[in-house]
Formats: sequence, C-alpha cells, structure tokens
Amino acid sequence: MKNSVEVKNISFSYGKTEILNDLSLDIKQGEFMVLLGPSGCGKTTLLNCIAGLLDLTEGQIWIEDDNVTWKEPKDRHIGMVFQSYALYPSMTVEKNLSFGLRMMGTAKKIIDDKIEKAANLLQINELLKRKPSQLSGGQRQRVAIGRALVRDAKVFLFDEPLSNLDAKLRAELRYEIKKLHRDLSNTMIYVTHDQIEAMTLADRISVMKDGLIQQLDTPKQIYNKPANLFVAGFIGSPSMNFLNAIFEKSNQSLIIGKLNINISKYENINHLTDNQQVVFGIRPENTIIDKNENSILCKVELVEPMGADTLVWTSLEGTPISIRLEGSSNYNLNDEINISFDINKSSIFDSKSEERI
Amino acid sequence: MNTNNFQPNGPRPKHLTIGRIGMYCFIFMCALFFLMPLYVMIVTSLKDMDEIRSGNLLYIPKVLSFYAWPKAWSEACTGFVCEGLKPGLINSIKITVPSVIVSVSLGAINGYALAFWRFKGAYFFFGLCLFGAFIPYQVMVYPLLKIESAIGIYSSLPGIILVHTIFGMPILTLIFRNFYASLPIDLFKAARIDGGNFIKIFFYVIIPMSTPITIVAVILQVTGIWNDFLLGLVFAGRDNQPMTVQLNNIVQVDYGVAEYNVDMAATILTSLVPLFVYFISGRWFVRGIAAGAIKG
Repeated sequence: MKNSVEVKNISFSYGKTEILNDLSLDIKQGEFMVLLGPSGCGKTTLLNCIAGLLDLTEGQIWIEDDNVTWKEPKDRHIGMVFQSYALYPSMTVEKNLSFGLRMMGTAKKIIDDKIEKAANLLQINELLKRKPSQLSGGQRQRVAIGRALVRDAKVFLFDEPLSNLDAKLRAELRYEIKKLHRDLSNTMIYVTHDQIEAMTLADRISVMKDGLIQQLDTPKQIYNKPANLFVAGFIGSPSMNFLNAIFEKSNQSLIIGKLNINISKYENINHLTDNQQVVFGIRPENTIIDKNENSILCKVELVEPMGADTLVWTSLEGTPISIRLEGSSNYNLNDEINISFDINKSSIFDSKSEERI
Repeated sequence: MNTNNFQPNGPRPKHLTIGRIGMYCFIFMCALFFLMPLYVMIVTSLKDMDEIRSGNLLYIPKVLSFYAWPKAWSEACTGFVCEGLKPGLINSIKITVPSVIVSVSLGAINGYALAFWRFKGAYFFFGLCLFGAFIPYQVMVYPLLKIESAIGIYSSLPGIILVHTIFGMPILTLIFRNFYASLPIDLFKAARIDGGNFIKIFFYVIIPMSTPITIVAVILQVTGIWNDFLLGLVFAGRDNQPMTVQLNNIVQVDYGVAEYNVDMAATILTSLVPLFVYFISGRWFVRGIAAGAIKG
C-alpha cells in the first residue's frame, strides 16, 4: 500500500539537547497511527515536526509523495487538534471553523457547505453562533476536531486531544474519533500517553522512549509480544509481572530462587542458552489459579475488586505478583492458592539487553 | 426526628467590629488627606485676589468669582503671547494622539514578535528592553537632540512624536510581551496551520484578544505623554509647546503679580485629561496590570 506520510531519518534538537535522533517512520494511506510513550519521549516533538511547527535539524518529511520538509504548516495539507483545544477565543464557533478557509480565500458558499457538513458530522450545529468560552470541554474539542475537518486535510494530527477531559467524556470522544476514522478513512496520527486510547484507536502503535521508537506494530502484537522490557512494562494495566530468573537448559526450566518453572512450551526456547540471566514476564490475566503438577502454593496478600475484574496480589520469592480474575471470584486475605503460568502467553527478556527472546 | 436540632455554638459573629470601624476611620482620613490639595486648588481658583491675599487657604470663598477660569483658558500670558492655555491644549492633543497610536502599535508588534517568533537572541533582546525601561531618560536627552537635529526633525511635531515613541518602547514591549507570553502557544500553532502568516495571525487572532492590555498601554501612554514636561520643552519647538510647558510659563511669572487663582484654574485644566482617563478606566487598568504586566 502507498505511504501517506514518510519520516526519513529525522533529527531534532533544542540547542544542545537532542530530542529525536535519526528517526524513521512510514505511515500507510488511511492508517491510524498512534505515537505512545511517557512524557518527554519526543512523541509531541515528532508530531510538531510532521506538522511543520518545528524545523528539523536533519532528515526529510514526505506527505503523499511531496517533500514538505521546508514547507510552511499551511502548505502541508494537514489538520491538527491540540490538547488545549486552541480555539480562537474572540471568534464564534462558525468563524473558528471557517478561519483556515477564509485565510485561503475560499468562496463563501463553499465555506458554508463545508461547515454544515462538519457540524452535522460532529453534532455541533446548535453551537455555531457561540463563543468558545460558552462551551464545555467536550464541545470545545468537537469544535477543534471540526476545524481540522473543514480543511480537507490529507493527514489529521492529534496531540493528546482527550487528556484535558474527564474519564466519561474521554471514552465518548474516543468512540467518536474512531467512528470518524472509519467514515473518512483519512490518515491519522495520534499522540497520547494513555495506553487505552492507543490500544482502542490504533491500526499500528509506535511505542517511543527517549526519542527512539521501541516497537512499531499492531496493538495486539505489542500487547502479546512486547519487543523489550520497557514496552512490556508500559503497556497493560495493571502492568505485567516481572521475575528475575536463570534458564537451565537440561530440564528446560527457569530457576527463580527456590522455584522451578518448566517453559518447554515457550515459542523461542531454542534461542535461550544455558545459565542465561533472564526476566520472566507474565500478564496478570495469564496467571492461573488451578491445582496441577506445576502449580505453586502461595498466600493471598491483597484483593482489589474492580467491578468487572478482581485483582488478587500474592508474591513469589519476595516479588509481588498480580492475578486478574473474574469480578465474581471470591478470595479473602491469607487464603491459600495454587498458581501456575500460561507459558505460551508469557514473555522472556534477556536481563542485559532487555530485548524479548 | 427533628432535623433542625443542630445550632451553631454562640452568637453569630458581627460584621461591624471595633477594628473594622477603626480601619474605616483611617481610610476616610487618608482620603481626606489626599483630597486636600485638590480642595485647595478648587476653592482658590474660585476666589478673587483680595480674598487670597487675606491668607485663609482652607476657607470656602466668601464671594464666588469665576474670572480666573476664562482667563486661564484664553487670556493668561505664556511668555510673549497672552492666549491662555487654549493653544497648549491643541498642541498636547496633536502630540499625544499620534504618539500613543504609534508607540502602542509598535509595542504590540514588538511584544508579539518576542513572545511567539523566538528569533536567535530574543532573550538577550528582551533583557535589553527590560534594562531600557529603567534608564532615566534625562541621560538620553542630549544624544537624542543631536540625532534629531542631524536628521532635521528637531523642534517639530514629528520630532517630539518620535521621542515619545522611543521612550515608550521598552515598557510597552515588556507589557505586551508578558501578556502574549501568557496566551497558550497552541493557539498560535493552530493559526499557523490554518494558513496565517506573521501579519495575518497578528491582525486576525492576536489583536482581537488584546483589548485589556491595549487599554492598559493606552492609559499609561496617554497619562505619561500628557503629563510630560521636559521632552515637550526640549523637542517640540516653540510652535508645538504642550499644555504642561505653557502652564509652567503661566505660573512662573517674572514680572507683575502672581495670580494664584489663575494658576490653580490652569493647573486643574491641564490635569483634566489624565484625571478623566483614570476615572473611566481605573477598572481596566487594575485588571490589565493583574492579567499581564506583573505576572510572567
């Protein structure tokens, strides 16, 4: 498939501080790409570089077979939505929506048509005559999305658009954005630090840290087969459990303190060497409470009921382990449980390189 | 069950306590103290010279005489001509209006550029501005005079307007920059994506948001330029002397009798414009200072 946006070996630095270093990223036509990472990882900088709001130190940016590296933001055929909404406070909603078109000198009739279309799509028809100060946060962000829509952009850029909203509105607008992408099928690049948003919206997620892309893959792959320890720990809530272990080739098992876990079912067991120091990672939902020949006896140390799920905490060799169970399950403090791991769904990382094996 | 059974302990606290009454008394005394000169000015301007000579400064006039006011306005002698303050008022307007418009506009553009278009050395330039705001302008009078006479606008209306614009620049740039720096930068980014350039963004997005700070700047400049004496005396030239210079000429007589009632009337007339500006815009002034000038 054709690429919509190509980021080629770009670098960016503020004075001497290097934010991005030789970063490349191809985004396919109509793809929903999420840039995910903790604050300060360079994801917003990358988005601003694509938008042309920051000048690259090195590299090129192409949008739809057009080298836009030194083009002004307005000539890149992009629409952008900001975390702080960035609506023009002195203009009505209608004027806010039409500002870009008026700057381009579009005919009044075409402007009116486009505004009507966007307003219908986002259900903001009744708000057109109001000022931004008379709108709620959710309404403001709808208007901001509308402002990007009327520009017929080839690429939509979202810079943490839902971070200023409360949890309920966030879920609502997340759904709207997903629907918008389904209906318009434009290329969208979406920056967030919220993994739920990333998982639900993305076709592909690029997990970033320290200006580097740690992993670029579908949400499913990233969740189930994280490329390294950082991705594994960052994605998933409650996060993955990690246990330091040593691999013993003779009986194909991991030694964790006094415990011995058989991992003969692990997909890449052949890549492990004898006595290799590893980190064993297992998600809370892949820890099973069941009595079998491999199970380990532990005690319940804490119970966190979360409605749909219940989280049970125990510990193995001094390391806390969380187990995600159905909301209806009933465990009490100090209950004795037998736990075992679904090795198929576990991840094993090298201790030194922190890469997945 | 009686749900109204919960009463606060003790009597409700009184709003008017002794301390509060004392404070009001103090504020009232302060107001009286500061209004005293204005009172003296007004009553003196309404007395005739005989009554003034009798020396009772604080008494209200026994006989109201209004002759000092028209005399101050159109007959009092300012040097060689005796046309009163009237020509001075017109000169002051001719100096103040263009100076305020030019300096505030330039200050706004400077502040905008410093806040949003961060060029290399912008911080250094900003520091320079800050520094400039604290240099006493008497230091620069002579060099400026030489420059103006070299380019041939010394002792003319453009000459005095240029001087007021230059001296207004540091503080105005500072005020506008701080106000614009408090606006979200995303707003500016959004306008760039929407197709605005430096000038378009300034006119369509930034200026409509600048009302409060513009009012503050206008008040500062109107009162500053109107009350200016030294620069008007040095740079305006004999034909364009502002009201303050003419007032000085009326008050400082070298011959004849000092007519205190005329002096007082002339002084009140001269200060009417700044007084008026403060009365109608005090609310905006405080708000604007709080919003942008101090913070940031």
